[in-house]
This record gives sequence, C-alpha cells and structure tokens, in this order.
Amino acid sequence: MKRISFKLNFVLTTLFVIGTGFFLLWVSNSFGGYWPRIITLMGIYGIMAVSYTLVNGVTGIFSLGHAGFIAIGAYTAALLTLPIQQKAMSFFIEPLIWPLNSIQMGFLPATIIGGLVAAFAAFLVGYPSLRVTGDYFAIATFGFAEIIRIVIQNSYNITNGSLGLKSIPPYTTIWWAWGWLLVTVIVIGSLKFSSYGRALRAMSEDTVAARAMGIDVFKHQLISFVVSGFFAGIGGALYAHWLTTIDPRPTSLGIMLTFFVLIMIVIGGLGSISGAVLGAIFFAFFAQWLRIVESPMNFFGINIPGIPGMSMLIFAIIFILIMLFRRKGIMGKDELSWQYIYNYFSKKAGDQD
Amino acid sequence: MIKIKGKDAAKKEVLKLENLTIRFGGLTAVDSFNGYLNKGELIGLIGPNGAGKTTIFNMITGIYKPTFGTITFNGINITGIKPQITTHLGIARTFQNIRLFSEMSVLENVMTAEHSWLQNYKAKKILHAHNPSEFPKPHWKPWFWSAVLKTPDYLKVERKMKSYAHDLLKEVGLDKYAHLKASALPYGPQRKLEIARALATKPSLLLLDEPAAGMNGQETQELLEFIENIREKFSLTILLIEHDMKFVMKICERIYVLDYGKIIAHGVPKEIQSDKKVIEAYLGDESYV
Ligand SMILES: Nc1ncnc2c1ncn2[C@@H]1O[C@H](COP(=O)(O)OP(=O)(O)OP(=O)(O)O)[C@@H](O)[C@H]1O
Ligand SMILES: [Mg+2]
Repeated sequence: MKRISFKLNFVLTTLFVIGTGFFLLWVSNSFGGYWPRIITLMGIYGIMAVSYTLVNGVTGIFSLGHAGFIAIGAYTAALLTLPIQQKAMSFFIEPLIWPLNSIQMGFLPATIIGGLVAAFAAFLVGYPSLRVTGDYFAIATFGFAEIIRIVIQNSYNITNGSLGLKSIPPYTTIWWAWGWLLVTVIVIGSLKFSSYGRALRAMSEDTVAARAMGIDVFKHQLISFVVSGFFAGIGGALYAHWLTTIDPRPTSLGIMLTFFVLIMIVIGGLGSISGAVLGAIFFAFFAQWLRIVESPMNFFGINIPGIPGMSMLIFAIIFILIMLFRRKGIMGKDELSWQYIYNYFSKKAGDQD
Repeated sequence: MIKIKGKDAAKKEVLKLENLTIRFGGLTAVDSFNGYLNKGELIGLIGPNGAGKTTIFNMITGIYKPTFGTITFNGINITGIKPQITTHLGIARTFQNIRLFSEMSVLENVMTAEHSWLQNYKAKKILHAHNPSEFPKPHWKPWFWSAVLKTPDYLKVERKMKSYAHDLLKEVGLDKYAHLKASALPYGPQRKLEIARALATKPSLLLLDEPAAGMNGQETQELLEFIENIREKFSLTILLIEHDMKFVMKICERIYVLDYGKIIAHGVPKEIQSDKKVIEAYLGDESYV
C-alpha cells in the first residue's frame, strides 16, 4: 500500500481547511434564515463531541459528566460578557456578587476563562472519581454533573438560579465556532497522535499491561479528563453566546445534553476525532430536520398534531440501531485522513479489477 | 535461606527477596519466600499450578503489595512501590496470558512502552536519593506540553522512539509486521512482541511468565536461543517461570521450586532434577513427568 508523504498530507490538509473556510464564507454570505445558525451550531457541537470522545473513546473511560463542564463554561463566559446594566436588571431575586457585577470583558478572554474554569472543575471531579472504574465512574461523573447543575440552580447571587441568564450577547458567529473547532481538533489530534495518545489508547485496552509498561494510568486519565473539560468549557462558552439564554433545566445544560453529545460520538465512532466532527454535523443537521415531525402536519387530508419530544424518540431509536447493527459508527476508531481515503478508493478500484 | 555451595557472594545482587509473604484472605499464596538474583543470571521459578509463581512476579512489579517481607532491587527497597515506577527503575515483565494492546499496531505496542522514557522522573529521583554520585539529580520536563505543541525537543524523542522500536522489532524478527494490528499476529510472534515491548522500557531485570506456553518443540528451541540472545545483547538479568521442564533445565543456571507458596528446593538444574521433594510435588500431575 502506498503511503502518502507528510508533505502531501500537509498540503492537502491546508487546502482542505482553506476550502472549508471558503465554504463557510459562502454559507454565511449567501444564505439567510437559519442555515448560518445551524452551521455555527455544528461547529459548537463538534467541539463538544471531540472533547467528549477524547475521554469516552480514546481514553476508554465512560464519563457521563460532560454537560456539567459545558454548563460551567457557558455560565462563566456569559457572566463575563454580559453588560453590567444587563446583569443589574436580570438579577432581581438576589443581586450578583462582586466582582462579577462589575466585570465585562471581550468574547475571547471570556471563552478562554470559561474553558479554564471548566478544566479546573474537571480536575476537582476527576481526582476523586477516577479512583473508581467502569460503571462506578460513569455514575460518579453523572452525579457530579447533576450536583453542578443543582448548585447553578440554587446560587441566585451568582447564576441567577432557575431564572437563568438572558440577553447574552450573540457573539458566536460561524467563525468563532469553526475557528475554535479547528483549535480543538488540532490540540486533541496532536495529543492523540503523540506518545501520550498512545499511552491513552493502550490504557483503554488494558490498564494492567499499561501499568507494567510504565504508564501512570490515573495520571493519564486525569490529564485526558482535564483537557476534555477545558474544551467542553470552550464549547459551553460558545453555546451560551449562540443560545443567548441559558438556564439550569436538565433538558438544556443537563443530562440531555450529555446524551446528545454521546449520540454524536457514537454515530461518528468512539475514539475517532474526525468521526466526532462528522457525528456532530450529522446530529445538528438531523435535529433541525426532525423539527418537522414535531410540528403539526397535514398528511393527505389527515391533520396530525405536533408531538413534542418526537425527535428525541427518533434519536433514541437511531442510537439503539447503531448499537445493534453498527457499533463502530461511521469511522470506528480510525481517522478520516488522506491515507484513509486513498486506501478506501484503491481498495474499491482493486475490487473492480 | 538455602545457600548454594561455591557461589561467590562478591557478585552484584540485582534482586533480593526476603521473607516475602502475601495473604489473600485466609490463603497464604506466598509464604516467606527468600531468594536472590545476581547480575546477568538466568534463573528459573517453577512449581505446580497455583504454587504462587505469578503472585511473586506481581509483588516484584508492584501490582500486589506483600503482606510481609522486603524486595530489594539494586540495593533499593522497592517493596510496595507502584508498578509504573518499578518499570521505570528497570524491571520489565511479560504476562502468562499474553496482554498485548491488540487494537494497536505492532510498532505502536513497542512505542507505548517507550512512553516510559518520558515518565521516569520519580524513578530517577529515587535513584538519585539512593546514590547521588552515580545518578545525577533529574530535571522535570513538561513533556505533556512539548508533546501537544510538538516542540523540537519532543519531535526528537519521538523520532528516537520510532527508530529504537524499529531496531527492536528487527532484533526479534518482527519488523515485517510493524504496521499490522497486534491481534493479527500468529501466537508465536505475539509472545515475541510481548518480550520486545518489555525490552522497550530498557530494563535491567526481565521477568518472563511462561514464555514457552503453547509452543511446540521447534518453537521452544527457537525461543531458547532467542532468550539467550537478548540476554547477551541487552545485558539482562532474567527470572523466568516455566512449566516446560526440559526448557527450564536447559536454560536456567539456578532454579527455585515453589509449592503451596513455599520454597521446597533451590539449586542448579541437576540438583533439582534429582530432588525428592520436587519429584513428589510434581507426582500425580502427569503433565510434568
Ligand atoms: N488477587 C488474588 N486474590 C485471591 N487469590 C489470589 C489472587 N492472586 C492469586 N491468588 C491465589 O494465589 C495462588 C497462587 O496463584 P499464582 O497465580 O501465583 O499461581 P502460579 O504459580 O502462577 O500458577 P500457574 O502455574 O497456574 O500460573 C492461587 O491459589 C491463586 O488462586
Ligand atoms: Mg502463573
């Protein structure tokens, strides 16, 4: 099998990134309505999915706490970008504490701080919960995410409690979302394809053998968890400035979101970064499309009332079907590289001979 | 402790096990094991099923913490030290049931073990504390950041890892499989790969748990030569567990025999072959007769 050289790989990838950039430019300029918004959401979901697959796929530990870190990033960044007068207006049950009530900063620093706070939260959550393995870890992280949500719900002087945050500036453009997605893919990709990435993949297969090879399993799991938390926080920050309203209901920044991102990475193939991006794009597209089934329809003269939650049901069915018939998802553990495409087509060509 | 006549005590002791004992609930799996390995020796550890052989490996490598007793490696007390640190100090092992990273390529399996090169700060600190003149004070490096940012420093190490892994694979005759998934290898090469992977951690002491298990006569003969070969090339001290008596008698310089967690004999192969207790222990277990 011919191997594609590093140089060619680099050139093709650069061209691909530039091409995607032009595509996004075209979309944002020539389409009105919801399409630019959906494509922005694809970028945001992509960030959430890539960071999630680092933990659940590459490292092979099953976390259910992703939405907790997304929520922390979302709230942190939103509290930092909200105009001061707006904060004074929204927090009418209890006033916002100092210094948050007198800070307003730009989108970029707010996003980064959102990521850092989420990463710190991931450290605090990961440190105790990574002592347990398997299902216990999933339950522990799920519990922590719920705790985060409930704390948000009850801290009226920080998060405005169940009232949530409104009128968050709609800063998240296609460029922010896809720009951050590019950063996320580069960083997590670079991590996956390094000595540390090999260690993570080895641990995901056999922790005993990994330890015997000199890998500190706990430390590496924690690193992976914190990096994932950072980008989950970035994703959350972008999400907040896309939604412009956030609140702590389970269906917005709670377990439902974790479940959505889980569907994305399962569709894409657990552990595959490109698969996670594809899964996110697919999910955002499909979720939009499925809105139709939730609105009233006229089916050959028969009026069908809209059924709320119908799209969720369909996603759950898709999820089950994937688990039953194609565990690997789109990509399996592989990455969509030029080599992969080349091998795929040369195999196809070979079949025809 | 059973002493061997005529063995000079001046030789450098690599491993020393004193009164090593471990209990699992009511079961004493290993009971006051005493033993030593001198530099460059190839020593056998034999005994019937369930005698406690693998458990001794697990204690040496830090997977199990002994209930009692001490393990000394190159003069350093390593009792109860974490497995990854024993590896960094220079103890590598293979497993009775092959434990490769089966989804990863042959090359990646070896390179995974080389990750230990970046992780040995704590071990180096232990060595420095033990002997400051021989082992310089180590400097901690932020390898994680270097790896993510792909600094020249890191890229250099990565290249070194790759070439060393290729060399190792060539050495053990697996270079033609380098890009194959480990699980795609036949059984014999999988055993070899596990040894190559252990060697990639640059050990001075190698622990082999039943390396010849499941091999036929010719394969076993090849393995014998292979072990002799790597022992020379990498100046290893080797402790090996094996059920194949012919193999053990041929290759080992001394043998410890374990039964129900206790040493029942210790000596050169000739002595062991004619030892009454050993014959008794193996009697009734026809696979060894
Ligand atoms: N983690 C554990 N918990 C409880 N008992 C254990 C544990 N590990 C080993 N044992 C017991 O200790 C005894 C020694 O086991 P070990 O695996 O060391 O035997 P072995 O000499 O390697 O045998 P074999 O030749 O079958 O590999 C056995 O009775 C085993 O059941
Ligand atoms: Mg055993």
